[in-house]
Amino acid sequence: MQGFGAVAHTPAEPVFAEPWEARARALVEAVAGAVRPTGGEFRHAIERMAPGHYLTSSYYEHWLTAAATMAVEHGLLTREDLEARAGGPFPLSGPVLGPRVTDPGADAGEPRFGTGDQVRVREWHPPGHTRCPRYVRGKTGVVVRLDGSYPVPDVEAHGGGRRPEPTYSVRFDAAQLWSDGQPGVCVHVDLWESYLEPA
Amino acid sequence: MNSEDAHRPAAMTPVEQRVAALEALLTERGLVPEGFIEETVRRYESEIGPMNGAKVVARAWTDPQYKQRLLADGTAAIAELGFGGAEGHHMVVVENTPAVHNVIVCTLCSCYPWPTLGLPPAWYKDPPYRARMVREPRALLAEMGCRPPEETEIRVWDSSAEVRYLVLPQRPPGTEGLTEAELAGLVTRDSMIGVARL
Repeated sequence: MQGFGAVAHTPAEPVFAEPWEARARALVEAVAGAVRPTGGEFRHAIERMAPGHYLTSSYYEHWLTAAATMAVEHGLLTREDLEARAGGPFPLSGPVLGPRVTDPGADAGEPRFGTGDQVRVREWHPPGHTRCPRYVRGKTGVVVRLDGSYPVPDVEAHGGGRRPEPTYSVRFDAAQLWSDGQPGVCVHVDLWESYLEPA
Repeated sequence: MNSEDAHRPAAMTPVEQRVAALEALLTERGLVPEGFIEETVRRYESEIGPMNGAKVVARAWTDPQYKQRLLADGTAAIAELGFGGAEGHHMVVVENTPAVHNVIVCTLCSCYPWPTLGLPPAWYKDPPYRARMVREPRALLAEMGCRPPEETEIRVWDSSAEVRYLVLPQRPPGTEGLTEAELAGLVTRDSMIGVARL
């Protein structure tokens, strides 16, 4: 997304703007302690919010909605419980968008790429959760750092268990990303191996 | 507001009602132990924050060997000062120099190095910063009052996987006589995100 206006920057501010934000933040941890979600599952629970609700609600309302959604999906409570207690509608996130992964596949072995290798990000638009930002898809960059193996979010967010894979920091020159990208500007993006192919 | 209303607590907003509902239901199921919320909030409000990152930076400015360790293995060097934990398990520290200015962003959500900087400010999590810092970093930095020289390379770091970044700002000139603690007092949150220079 682009076309946004000024950043509403403040040099310092309270950690929580309202007391309910602090409570919502702590409730995420209470739910997480009970259901042990992966990072991918939690982030996807936010991404699955109805777009209108997502765009018109604040950051901690996203977290509250994700916490309640995970609590319902893991059977801790029901939507009816929530609405009865809240005395009104309690919007939850929609269903998981990606196809359910039943077999996470074999763990990836040794890293396929090394520092200095040219790589292209796969032009790939899977449904559901991914940590491959759209703005680098199809773009070519250079591996600048290997960061070890971590579970692929696209697998773990879709019920597939864990499949660790090497991750890389890839450097893209701004001119590669944008038609008016300036020289002397680059963006580094951290990417899982299956997002990449040799360039 | 009439005088009668003034004696009643303000009505809860819909989102406050939802928070209260979730809290009550989880508490009844034994998932919110006594004092859990207060303790969690206290941790976020007083144990973590940019004062921790400022100590890391001041140590790096005064101890060249520490700085070397910090740039080689951020997680381990930050742990030497007692900081670590969630969103700080895989730290990479990027150094500003006359030739390079670094700035951090999370375009996909709100990833941020909690142990050293605390929870992210609202503007860091909002779409304008997330979209514009990768699309037009020099223009956005200038708008925020940060103008690295034209010949200085701008390096943006999008924390899209497991690594969290901390910017090591340049030590300001004229601070040779200051102690490490005094130096830490000069280090701002924004300078460690990379949206300000000292």
